[in-house]
Amino acid sequence: MQQVSTPSQTTLPLVKPHTRLAWVGQLFFIVLGLAVVYILGKNLISNPTLFANIFISGLQLGFVYAMIALGYTMVYGIVKLINFAHGDVFMVGAFVSFFAVTRFNLHQWPLAVFPSIPPMVGVVIGSISVIILSMLICIMLAVTIERVAYKPLRDAPRIAALITAIGVSFFLEYFGALNFVFSPRFIPYERPFEVVAWYIKGGIHQVVPGTQPPDGSITFSNILLIIMLASVLVQIFLQFLVKRTKIGVAMRAASYDKQAARLMGIDVDSVISFTFAIGAAFAGLGGVLYAIAYSSIWSQLGILPGLKAFVAAVLGGIGSIPGAFVGALIMGQAESMTMGYISTPMRDAVAFTILIIVLLIRPTGIFGEPEKEKA
Amino acid sequence: MRSLKVLSLFVILSMILVACGGTGSTGGAKELKVAILAPLSGPVPTFGVSTRDGALLAIEEWNAKGGVNGYTIVPIVEDSQCTPEPAVNAMNKVVDQDGVKFVIGEVCSKATIPISEIGTEKKVVVISGTSTAEAVTVDANGNTKPYTFRACFIDAFQGLVGAKFATEKLGAKTAFIMLDQANDYVKGLAEEFEKNFTAMGGTVVGKESYTAKDTDFSTILAKIAEAKPDVVYLPDYYNIVNLVTKQAKEKGITSAFLGGDGWDSADLDVVAAAGGYFTNHYSPDDPRPEVVNFLAAYGAKYKNDDGTAKVPDALATLAYDAANMLFTAMTTAGTVEDVDKVKTALEGIKINAVSGAITLDAKHNPVKAAAILAVTAEGVKFEASIAP
Repeated sequence: MQQVSTPSQTTLPLVKPHTRLAWVGQLFFIVLGLAVVYILGKNLISNPTLFANIFISGLQLGFVYAMIALGYTMVYGIVKLINFAHGDVFMVGAFVSFFAVTRFNLHQWPLAVFPSIPPMVGVVIGSISVIILSMLICIMLAVTIERVAYKPLRDAPRIAALITAIGVSFFLEYFGALNFVFSPRFIPYERPFEVVAWYIKGGIHQVVPGTQPPDGSITFSNILLIIMLASVLVQIFLQFLVKRTKIGVAMRAASYDKQAARLMGIDVDSVISFTFAIGAAFAGLGGVLYAIAYSSIWSQLGILPGLKAFVAAVLGGIGSIPGAFVGALIMGQAESMTMGYISTPMRDAVAFTILIIVLLIRPTGIFGEPEKEKA
Repeated sequence: MRSLKVLSLFVILSMILVACGGTGSTGGAKELKVAILAPLSGPVPTFGVSTRDGALLAIEEWNAKGGVNGYTIVPIVEDSQCTPEPAVNAMNKVVDQDGVKFVIGEVCSKATIPISEIGTEKKVVVISGTSTAEAVTVDANGNTKPYTFRACFIDAFQGLVGAKFATEKLGAKTAFIMLDQANDYVKGLAEEFEKNFTAMGGTVVGKESYTAKDTDFSTILAKIAEAKPDVVYLPDYYNIVNLVTKQAKEKGITSAFLGGDGWDSADLDVVAAAGGYFTNHYSPDDPRPEVVNFLAAYGAKYKNDDGTAKVPDALATLAYDAANMLFTAMTTAGTVEDVDKVKTALEGIKINAVSGAITLDAKHNPVKAAAILAVTAEGVKFEASIAP
């Protein structure tokens, strides 16, 4: 651990990673990979509908992780900080929408104000208002966290900011667990709109509540579609933002070299705040959709999705936006397939084993470029 | 200062006198001291209040009938806090200072276990209403503790009753078990259910575990949708039940969900869990006369803050049953002094208690009916009473 305390020395000088992972290690990973392919292939052939249903639940998880992973990867790209409080911002997003729906009936305002509009439109506008409110509050929270906890440590060693991030994360989890905040209990989540499910079996049919779809049907719900749509839109929006806008150029400049960017007249501090705000907005969106999908919330809701999104960001190549997206989809499938074909309690173990394997084989991730260590 | 000394001397003397009096006093009105150890403070004070109130009601009723064998029952209530150390202190106080030979309590197994050890050592009968852990009545070597009893069934028993209800009343042939491997309570119920369901001719078509922090059950539910079991046994607490049943409804799963007393909560999502059943110690909707009479008596004695009659929960009921077991055994034994005779009478007890007709097995665990409650969108209703 002593190497960590000196920021300039980031790799263990003893053994080169490649000689360590000699052919025995590579053989091990090849065998592991073949075993995974064999198990999945066998199950796909023996019961394709079950495989499809498991795949769909993995898609749903993966797209939620993608929305969280973007925040990790963008913040890391610019300030080289793993913002562990990000998962808890996601949790706050879920709670804000819960209070908006149950206490203030925010999802019903369009119908209350304009009773003449079609109910469907009212529900859509109402739900979008709930999501926007959650995103705004998450943005305020994240910008506050950044100003209070991270900005004063901008020039401190990176480990100090990392520890602070863990501290902020714990603060949000346990402050949220107080009885007068969110309480430590599991709270049934009241959805702003109804879940509608369909099954595919010779065409697409709606699932009638109380009757079971026929054998061999693949089911999916409107929540899955909403999550996929939202996640893809977020991805496209970010690509546009980073590649085509002025603030995007500023973000990229700040991520290359903060000093030089500052000399070029870029207000690096507001660029950093903006990055936190964008990440938090998507975490808030993810939090609302996650709560709607799984219908129970509590103050430590964000820990595991947050950590898995972090693994997804590392898998895709931390700092890379498409990488976070692809990594998240892989994580969703890995988790879902583990639940389906190994056992549910193993899923977290598998998720974090993937982190270890990535760090061993390709620490820069799928999309990452080999990092040049700056002096 | 002198007055204080005199006062304290007087207090100590009077304590000694009281202690010497004990159950053996024959002069004047004969008194039988019974201690109630309940967690009136600590983590679960509502459990303690219910337990105390239930036991006090039983004592009041026996005294109104002229006491036990001519003795008036004098309750001594001590706060044992659901915690081993205060429970042991309270136990030592009532046994050594008050000379109590019969104790009703504690609520929590972790507090009942140490006080039952003192009971074994000092020959004091301990009857717990609601401690469900196996180790309450059985020591580390598997021997039954001679002076320790309880009024509730142990956790695993619910698995048996659940299996019986599923096969006999629901006509289930196939079952799917969902369990949290890390939770002993859930695991115990699930194992017992599996064993008995299989023995009764049913088939367990699938068994999947999850963890207490899971929120996404879609893969397990996909397997349930494939297997189409008649029942899904889910003996977990209400928070998990809420999630699983809600997600199952959305997937169009029609198998009946079945659980244990972990479902018994005001926070159970009855809309999601509607169509499910769970086993419990007792139901206030049970039409048996014992239940009706107990409800009336309890409601007359104890009121809510708004003046309405209180409805006894399972804790009050089981404490009431525990007290009645003790006094009935004393009547059968014809003594309130010979602890061994009372103990023998307890072992052979047969009583129509509020929570069901009770006899005890060799491990001092009640063999009695469990209540099956049906969950409907309007609330939880009494469905059946199932004897083992």
